[in-house]
Amino acid sequence: MTRVVDLQVSSRRTLNQALHDLPDQTNETHWTVRNPGGQHALAVGIDAPITVTIEGHAGYYCAGMNKHARIEIHGNAGVGVAENMMSGRVHVRGDASQAAGATAHGGLLIIDGNASARCGISMKGVRIVVKGSIGPMSAFMAQSGTLVALGDAGDALGDSIYEAHIYVRGRTGTLGADCCEKPMRAEHHAELRALLDEAGVDEDTRYFRRYGSARQLYNFHVDNAY
Amino acid sequence: MGSRFSATFDQHALAEIRRAAATGIYDIRGAGAKRHLPHFDDLLFLGASISRYPLEGYRETCATDVWLGTRHASKPIHLKIPITIAGMSFGSLSAQAKEALGRGASIAGTSTTTGDGGMTPEERGHSSILVYQYLPSRYGMNPDDLRRADAIEIVVGQGAKPGGGGMLLGQKISDRVAEMRNLPKGIDQRSACRHPDWTGPDDLEIKIEELREITNYEKPIYVKIGATRPYYDVALAVKSGADVVVLDGMQGGTAATQDVFIEHVGIPILAAIRPAVQALQDLGQHRKIQLIVSGGIRNGADVAKALALGADAVSIGTAALVALGDNDPAYEAEYQALGATAGAYDDWQEGRDPAGITTQDPVLAARLDPVAGGRRLANYLSVLTLEAQTIARACGKSHLHNLEPEDLVALTIEAAAMARVPLAGTNWIPGANPIG
Repeated sequence: MTRVVDLQVSSRRTLNQALHDLPDQTNETHWTVRNPGGQHALAVGIDAPITVTIEGHAGYYCAGMNKHARIEIHGNAGVGVAENMMSGRVHVRGDASQAAGATAHGGLLIIDGNASARCGISMKGVRIVVKGSIGPMSAFMAQSGTLVALGDAGDALGDSIYEAHIYVRGRTGTLGADCCEKPMRAEHHAELRALLDEAGVDEDTRYFRRYGSARQLYNFHVDNAY
Repeated sequence: MGSRFSATFDQHALAEIRRAAATGIYDIRGAGAKRHLPHFDDLLFLGASISRYPLEGYRETCATDVWLGTRHASKPIHLKIPITIAGMSFGSLSAQAKEALGRGASIAGTSTTTGDGGMTPEERGHSSILVYQYLPSRYGMNPDDLRRADAIEIVVGQGAKPGGGGMLLGQKISDRVAEMRNLPKGIDQRSACRHPDWTGPDDLEIKIEELREITNYEKPIYVKIGATRPYYDVALAVKSGADVVVLDGMQGGTAATQDVFIEHVGIPILAAIRPAVQALQDLGQHRKIQLIVSGGIRNGADVAKALALGADAVSIGTAALVALGDNDPAYEAEYQALGATAGAYDDWQEGRDPAGITTQDPVLAARLDPVAGGRRLANYLSVLTLEAQTIARACGKSHLHNLEPEDLVALTIEAAAMARVPLAGTNWIPGANPIG
């Protein structure tokens, strides 16, 4: 059953409360949000295996802390889309602003366009596929998970990165502190292939380069201080 | 003659120069500022006399309760006493210590607070009122714990290191700590100094909106700041939509940071309270948005003085750890073996705490009985409250919140200027009015 919520008629509060109040085994499994108008905090805190389609642009923190839901944004997304997502799938059909997927623990974030600065900042297990380019400082302090960019990567990529994996098909700017290029071994091709397939991307993994932590900053030493 | 020591190059300064020359690295330690600072000891209460009428000690009511989060939250918090337990992480502290803090706070009818590292079942289970910190690192952050919390505290900074992030050194990263933080065991875990997905007050306002939406507008939302520019920071926190502002002075403790940071960045809590209150008053929000202050609270007089200056509640961290047994002389031999002495031990980052509090070593941690520790903390909180009530009654106040700046004078010019109360025996408030 599909429910339609028109945000020119209903409020964001009404929408989010309704999404939070869904009982287990609900039959209201498909939601369409019309006229989002770039409002902030749309479809945040969902904890249900439902599908939400947002027909237009979303503001800050759309799909924040998502669990289980599939959320599609048919437009651009503002700062912090899918921030701290735990599971589920968020798909931005347009571009995403800064801090896409910030601190997210799980799930899959797909961005058809470009993502601005700090994409995947402090990511903690999420998988992110950006079909365009990613801005500077992406994967800053990225702890775990995978970030893929089919386009280019801005400066200071992977600054202070921990155990996250980064794959970039295009050019990279400078690498951040303790980030280095690493060889693409068979297991990395396999990991990337599976993720690209899941994101619906038909690209040869041989064109990607891998980046990760040099692990020189893992234990404090004065010679490593910047 | 060569018999005069320098006041500038004192023994501590000389020792630090030698230490720096030998090691090539700055000193990292726990706790807050240790240097002498203008503090609550520099204030005195006037008490009642002919012009003020006192209340009978032990007999007449002097209420102590406080509501927090009444501005926007549908479920504000009601505490029996205006003394809360500050945020301290599982990781920096043992699980037993976190449990003891929860037990003690719950007996006393007040709240405790998580820290950088997430919420443990022990502290949730033993804390009747638990504040969940929302920190730049977002270690362990998840929506389930957000909903399990009684309030949310967005940490912008802390008094020991405003503008700085945190670090939990690898020796304290046990399997459990590593799992909660989603990082490998044994590596140093840095906590970012900036939030990852907002910058500035306009963004913070939207972030608060998001947290309210996720939690259906139930939870009070605190904003915690280190004391630096309290007037402007409090005003911006108000503008951003905070229900409660937590203001931490430079005496407030940390689990680990550079000594030079602790001692030279930020301002004492005494200097921060009045500008913070002024900001709330200028915005018409004093007593509507609650102000919690922390950093060097030790006794009931400190509590009463903080409230008299306009705070709604205080928060304790270091003192709570001491109540549990931190720096107990009973462990003197072990402190000496670590190159310290009871009362001065501050290498909390090393995880070798003989008292079993600032450690993840299971053998050391087992030394702290959470039940007994909780009882000690509850006793201490009770004494703080009784002492504050004693002073309030002497000033003729039937509620701790009725204490006011007019009940106070200062012993020093510095304290008079910072607290904006007269120098004792005069009507002179330096910076506010001429010498009279």
